[in-house]
Amino acid sequence: MSEYVIEMLNITKEFPGIKANDNITLQLKKGEVHALLGENGAGKSTLMSVLFGLYQPEAGTIKKDGKVVKINNPNDANALHIGMVHQHFKLVEIFTVLDNIILGAEPNKMGFLQKAEARKKVLELSEKYGLQVDPDAKIEDISVGMQQRVEILKMLYRDNEILIFDEPTAVLTPQEIDELMEIMRNFTKEGKSILFITHKLNEIMAVADRCTVLRKGKYMGTVEIKDTTKEELSRMMVGRDVKFEVDKGEQHLGDVVLDVQNVTVPSKLHSNNAVKDVSFQVRAGEIVCLAGIEGNGQTQFVYALTGLDKMSRGKITLCGHDITKAKIRDRSKLGMSHIPEDRHKHGLVLDFSLEQNMVLQRYWQPEFQKFGFIRNKEVRKYTDRLIEQYDIRSGQGAVTTARSMSGGNQQKAIVAREIDKNPELLVAVQPTRGLDVGAIEYIHKQLVAQRDAGKAVLLVSLELEEVMSVPDRILVMYEGEIVGEFDPKKTTVQELGLYMAGAKNMYRDVEKKGGAEA
Amino acid sequence: MKKGLISVLSSVISILIGLIFGLLLLLAVNPAQAFPKFGEMLVAGFSSSAKFAKVLYQAAPLIMTGLSVAFAFKTGLFNIGASGQYTVGAFCALACGIIFQMPWWVCLLASIVAGAIWGFFPGLFKSLFNVNEVITSIMFNWIGMMLVNLLCMNLKNAAGKNVMLPTAWVSSPIKDRTAALSYANPKAMIPKMGLDKLLDSNFMNISIFIAIIVAVIMWVILNRTTFGYELKACGFNKNASIYAGINAKRNIVLSMVIAGALAGLGGGIYYLAGTAEYTIQKLLLPMGFNGISVALLATSNPIGTIFSALFISYIQVGGESLQPVFAKEMIDIIIAVIIYLSAFALLTKTVISRFVHLDKSNVNAEPALTVSPKTDEKPTLKESEGEKA
Repeated sequence: MSEYVIEMLNITKEFPGIKANDNITLQLKKGEVHALLGENGAGKSTLMSVLFGLYQPEAGTIKKDGKVVKINNPNDANALHIGMVHQHFKLVEIFTVLDNIILGAEPNKMGFLQKAEARKKVLELSEKYGLQVDPDAKIEDISVGMQQRVEILKMLYRDNEILIFDEPTAVLTPQEIDELMEIMRNFTKEGKSILFITHKLNEIMAVADRCTVLRKGKYMGTVEIKDTTKEELSRMMVGRDVKFEVDKGEQHLGDVVLDVQNVTVPSKLHSNNAVKDVSFQVRAGEIVCLAGIEGNGQTQFVYALTGLDKMSRGKITLCGHDITKAKIRDRSKLGMSHIPEDRHKHGLVLDFSLEQNMVLQRYWQPEFQKFGFIRNKEVRKYTDRLIEQYDIRSGQGAVTTARSMSGGNQQKAIVAREIDKNPELLVAVQPTRGLDVGAIEYIHKQLVAQRDAGKAVLLVSLELEEVMSVPDRILVMYEGEIVGEFDPKKTTVQELGLYMAGAKNMYRDVEKKGGAEA
Repeated sequence: MKKGLISVLSSVISILIGLIFGLLLLLAVNPAQAFPKFGEMLVAGFSSSAKFAKVLYQAAPLIMTGLSVAFAFKTGLFNIGASGQYTVGAFCALACGIIFQMPWWVCLLASIVAGAIWGFFPGLFKSLFNVNEVITSIMFNWIGMMLVNLLCMNLKNAAGKNVMLPTAWVSSPIKDRTAALSYANPKAMIPKMGLDKLLDSNFMNISIFIAIIVAVIMWVILNRTTFGYELKACGFNKNASIYAGINAKRNIVLSMVIAGALAGLGGGIYYLAGTAEYTIQKLLLPMGFNGISVALLATSNPIGTIFSALFISYIQVGGESLQPVFAKEMIDIIIAVIIYLSAFALLTKTVISRFVHLDKSNVNAEPALTVSPKTDEKPTLKESEGEKA
C-alpha cells in the first residue's frame, strides 16, 4: 500500500496560448490536511478539474493508493471516493437538507425512494462528526454555515475518503471557522484525507500539515507547515515579498463628507427591513469599514446609498447636498464613486471592450464626446493612460473584451475607473473579493492613498484581515443594524466576531441565549 | 477586424450548407430536373436586369425589417413585432397618399411615425411593468393587422365611398385591396429617378438607396454615438448600465420606438413603390418575420443586414424559377434551413475561431471550464473557480 491516497504526477494541461498546469505534482497522504495555495490563475482549479475528470491532461498520471487510475468524468471521481465542497454551494434552495444530501445518490427500491433509510444514515453521520443539521429544514431557510455542513454531509453520505474544500471559510464567522477547523481535524483522525484550497495563509498555518504551492501554472514545491512561515509561503506563491501590514500615513481628519441619518431599507425577501435605522458619518481623510457577515444588510445599504435602490426612511447627505432621492448620475457628479460588490453584475459590461468600460461613468462628459459622437481617440488615450498608471494587464490592451480578462485585472480596471474620477467619497464594496495577495496589496494601497489625499472612503468588507488592517474605524452590522463601533487598533478579531454573530450589541443589551454558538 | 471576418464566414457557411440541403431535397423530389433547376435558381437573380431590379425592390423593405429586428437585438430586445409595425407603417403611408394626397416623402414620414407608435407600446410595457416584449409585440402584430383591415374597409369619404378602395377612384370590381397609387395619387409614389429605364423594370425606384442609407445611419448610431453606447450597454448588461447612471427604462422604450420606426418605414417604401397594393390580410405579413431571418443571418450588424437582405431577396427571386417543376415552397424550406443554421451562428463562430486559432484572447484569464478545447467536456459540472467570490 502506498503512503499516498492520491497522487497527481507531472500533470500538464494546456489551453490555446497558455499552459494552465505545467508539470505539476500533488501527493496527498492518508489522514493529512494538505493545503493547495496559489494566486488566481495559478492553475488550482484546472488541477482540481483534472482530478474530477472534467479535463484530460496532456501528460501525467493520477494514482489512487499507488495504482494508476483513469478519471474520465465526475462519476469516476465519485466512484474513487473523491468529494468536493465547492466555494459556491451546489444546493437546491427549495429542497430540504435531506433531499439535498441524497440528491444524485437516492436510495431506492424499484424506483421508489427509501428516505427513512437515508435519514438514519444522515443522522448517524451528523452525530458522529458533530455536524448538527435539521434534515427537514429547507436550504433557503438555513444559514450559510449550516449550508456548508450540508455540503460536507453530502460528501460523507457518499462515503468519500478524499475531501476537497474550495475556499470554505470565505462565508464564515471567526467562530464558525474555528469549528470548521476542528471538524477537519476530526476527519483526519478518522483516516480521511483533506485537500484544502485557499488564499488565506493564517488558516493554512492553523490547520494544514503540508502545503503545495502553485504559481502561474508551475509547481513551486511542497512544504511541511511546521517548518515554514507565512512570509515564506507568500513568497513562494507570489514570487516576491508581500507586506501584510498596510502602511498608512498620519491621519488628517477633515469635514464630514457623508452623513447617513436613520436610513431604513425594506427587504425584497421578507416583510422585515433589510437595513434598520442606520446612522453614521464618514469624514474626509478616513476609511470607515462596514463589517459583518454576508447577508446582514450591507448590500442593501450600499444599494440605497449609491442610488441603485430606494430607501423607505432616512436622509443621506454628501458634501452638504441632500442626495436621499438623487439619481445615480447626480450622485456621481457630486463626487461619489462606487466599486460595486459584484463586478460582473454592476461593475463591467463584459461584452464591451476595456476602453468602453473605462468610460462607463464618464462617456457623456465633454472630454469623451462631441455632439453625441464618442471621441474614440480620447477614449483610447485615456484608457492607455489608466492601463499604464494602474498596471491593468490584458491580452490586447484597450480593445480587449472585458470578459476575457482575469478577475484581478477586471477589478483593477474598475478601481482605476472609480478612483480616477477623483471622488470625494469612494464606496468600495468587497474590493478584494476573490483576488490574490498581490492584487489585494495593490488595492489596499489605492484605498489608503485616497484617504491620505484627504478623501473619504467607505469600505464594506467581509474579510477580517482586511477589516483589521485597512480602516480607521470599524462599524459592525448585524441583521441590518449597526451593533458596534471599534477602533481597529484597540479591538480583537474575537471581539468583532461576537458582534458580527449578533451575540453582543453596544447600543442595546441583547440577551440571546447561546448567540455565541451560532 | 478578425472578429467581423469570422461572423461573415459563419453566415456564409450557413448559406452553403442550406443550399446543399436544398439541392438534396430537389434530388429527392425530382432527380432528373434537380441540377438544371438548382443552377437556374442560383443565377436567376442576375439572369436579366428586370429580375435584378426585382431583387433590389424586395430587398429594400427586407433591409428595413431586418434592421428593425437587428437594432432591437443589439439593445437586448427581441422585436418580433416587426410585422405589425410594417403593416401599420404601410397603411399610414398609403392613407397619407390616398386620402390626404400628400407627396411621397410626407407619406414615408407618416409610416415612420406609425411604426414608431406601434413599437412604443411594447417598449413601454416592458420598461414599466417588465412585460415580455415578445408577447406584447406578437399581440400588437395582430392588433395592427386587424386594425388596418378594418380601416381599409371602412374609411369613407364625403361622398360615402370607401376612400381607400379602388371604387372611390375608378370603376372597379376589386374590393379586397387598396387603390393603386398610379391613379389615386402618383405624387405619392417613390421617385424612380430613371432607374426604371436603366434596369428596364417598373419595380425599380430609389427605395434600395433609402434603405442602405438608413442602415449606415443605424451603424453610426450604434457604434459611434453616446446614444448607441448607452443602448448597447443596456442590452449587454442592464444592471451595469443602471449603475453607470444610464436611464435604462427610457432606453428600452426608445429602442423599441426606433425598431418600430424602421419596420414602419419598410412598409412605407414597399407600398409606395406603386407596384403593389395592400391586400386585405388574413395572416400576418411575412416581411416582418423575414426580417428576423435577415437579422440573424447578419448577426445583428446593420451593415450586414444590407447583404443578408439582398441575399434572401435574391434567393426568393431565384425560387420563382423553380416553378412549375418544383413547388415554390421549396425555396422557403431552403431559407428556413439557412436561418436555422445561422441561429447556430455562435456555435459556428466558436468552431471557426478554434479552427483558425484566433481565439487567443483568453491568455490572461484563468481558463473557464465552460470553454474546453478538444477534450470530452462534461458540461454537467461547470465548477469554474475562475471567478472567486
